[in-house]
Amino acid sequence: MNPLSDYLLLSAFLFSIGLAGALTRRNAILVLIGIELMLNAANLNFIAFWRYGPHPEALTGVMFAIFSISVAAAEAAVGLSIILAVYRHSRTTDLDKLNSMKG
Amino acid sequence: MTISFLLLAAITIIGTAAAMTLKNLVHCVLALSLGLVGLAALYLQLGAQFVGFTQILVYVGAVAILAAFAIMMTRSADPTASNAAASFRASGALIAVLVFAVLAWATISGTSAQPIFTAAPEGSVGQVGAALMHRFVLPLEVIGLLLTAALIGAGILAMDEHRGTR
Amino acid sequence: MFETIDQIFVLIKHWLLGYVPGMAQPLISAILSVVPVVIAFPLLFAITTVLERKGLGRMQNRYGPNRTGWFGILQPMADGIKSLTKEDIVPRTADQLVHFLAPVVMVIASFLVYAVVPLGRNMVIADLNAGVLFFFAIGSMVELSVFMAGWSSHSKYSLLGAMRAIAQMISYEMPLVLASVVVIMAAGSLSTVTIVNMQAGYTGIWPHWYVFTPWGITGFIIFMIAATAESNRCPFDMPEGESEIIAGYFIEYSGFKFALFFLAEYLGMFATSAMAITFFLGGWAAPFSFLTWIPSYVWFFGKLLTIICAFIWVRGTLPRLRMDQLMNFAWKFMLPLSLINIVGAGIWHFMPAGFTRWGVVSLLILLSCVLLSRGLRRNKWFHVRTYRFAS
Repeated sequence: MNPLSDYLLLSAFLFSIGLAGALTRRNAILVLIGIELMLNAANLNFIAFWRYGPHPEALTGVMFAIFSISVAAAEAAVGLSIILAVYRHSRTTDLDKLNSMKG
Repeated sequence: MTISFLLLAAITIIGTAAAMTLKNLVHCVLALSLGLVGLAALYLQLGAQFVGFTQILVYVGAVAILAAFAIMMTRSADPTASNAAASFRASGALIAVLVFAVLAWATISGTSAQPIFTAAPEGSVGQVGAALMHRFVLPLEVIGLLLTAALIGAGILAMDEHRGTR
Repeated sequence: MFETIDQIFVLIKHWLLGYVPGMAQPLISAILSVVPVVIAFPLLFAITTVLERKGLGRMQNRYGPNRTGWFGILQPMADGIKSLTKEDIVPRTADQLVHFLAPVVMVIASFLVYAVVPLGRNMVIADLNAGVLFFFAIGSMVELSVFMAGWSSHSKYSLLGAMRAIAQMISYEMPLVLASVVVIMAAGSLSTVTIVNMQAGYTGIWPHWYVFTPWGITGFIIFMIAATAESNRCPFDMPEGESEIIAGYFIEYSGFKFALFFLAEYLGMFATSAMAITFFLGGWAAPFSFLTWIPSYVWFFGKLLTIICAFIWVRGTLPRLRMDQLMNFAWKFMLPLSLINIVGAGIWHFMPAGFTRWGVVSLLILLSCVLLSRGLRRNKWFHVRTYRFAS
């Protein structure tokens, strides 16, 4: 086992936790948090590959992680405001109850 | 595998797992921020100082607070009785376990043969800044545009149209 | 001789480290750096409480504390003993664990930010590459602990106070960060030590502090206003408006935990003031070249006490703002002005040195300041309110 695979295993585990949360939880906010966790797992992969990769001086992994964090922040802001708008409309954030397309 | 890695990995896993399993949503958000701080510490351990501090600033300072605000405003802090059917939960968990198994198999079988470059890279903040301003300047501008669009879009979406625009 | 006095704490630390075996040296070195800071700033907190109560008392035509000790100088001791011996009450419906963790997280975060503050020449706990980013990142953890405190008490007042505090802190964090961006641009570094070193030179007897440039003074004023709001002090003390929501997010805390919140609040104020000194007022550098024989840490703490006195003065003078005024001010005045300030700093950087760039940059900032404040005044929320009873 080398140090890279430790980080990759941890990242895979984080990804599965996020996936399990996004699939099993019924609250829209928690589903969003699960998706954020999956994004974070990918970020950990980028940083680990940057650290143990052949060309760390190119900083590609770090750059990708920085851009991914900013995209995740934008996604969280828009996602949560959509949840707020939906809640205002239908008075619930439970995804099972949000089953009608009509207003 | 060092002790610091094990400790930080344990913090991260406990935090994120608690965030996905706890009943009370506010507890979930607090556990999530613990897990994300652990992840930021892992970035620091890997030598990516800028990404680590940005992670704390963005996730703990902004995303967790935003999620907490959303929970407060949608009144979903109280644990709701409505949960998914048991079969649904089981299948979701099964899918997650399968995904982990595939990823772990790929990791273990794929990386052990590769050579490992253990020389610590120079990832100083100055280099990150220079790269952002030279090689990655176009993505940087696109991200700026995206964040502005997200700011305006989130503001408009969250605005209460029935009470006028104040 | 001056060198020795200036570096006395550093020399003492190295002398003590000489007695430690090589294995334990990194650990002992860290402890020797951290412990003085952890002792010095709570002491400063004790001095500040007396100073604040005496100063406010004078401004309000009363004496302030004058019973304990000589001129009330032992008042913080009495306060400390009182809060230590008080009963620690936790509401029955409170979320026990989160309720306990909130003050702990807050105090830890407040102490952590001092790691990157340069207290004197060669006197910084950790000269991080990304020191400024570290400061803002750890500072944002305070918001989370405010939320924990407000939510876990399960009280309407504390929740309202926490929501107000967080909304205010997030709104004013942006001008705070953007105001320091000009300094980072000028110094070309995120390391606090480098930023201070860039300001340590002199032209004649005058120092190279960033506050003596048009963008520097604008940035300093924006930074100080935002710092007042960040530390929830008057005139931005809406989160604990006593007349409306009693005490804000920490109403349900008593005894020692309450004292911890109080301590953390003041530590946060000292930290942002120390950052303002580092960014704009030359850190530990002396204000005139002929005063450099006074040790650097004396200058640092002197500047810090001056800023604290300014905070107390503002608290004694200005009335509290309303929530909408607060938000309008942050988003419609401070944020655009700090963005224009960054443009001004850029113009300053690329123009040849001389009076022209002074004129151009000052004109740009003054003009935008006037225009923005006119825009604020046109907003009806800033008019004198006319009350129409029984209409």
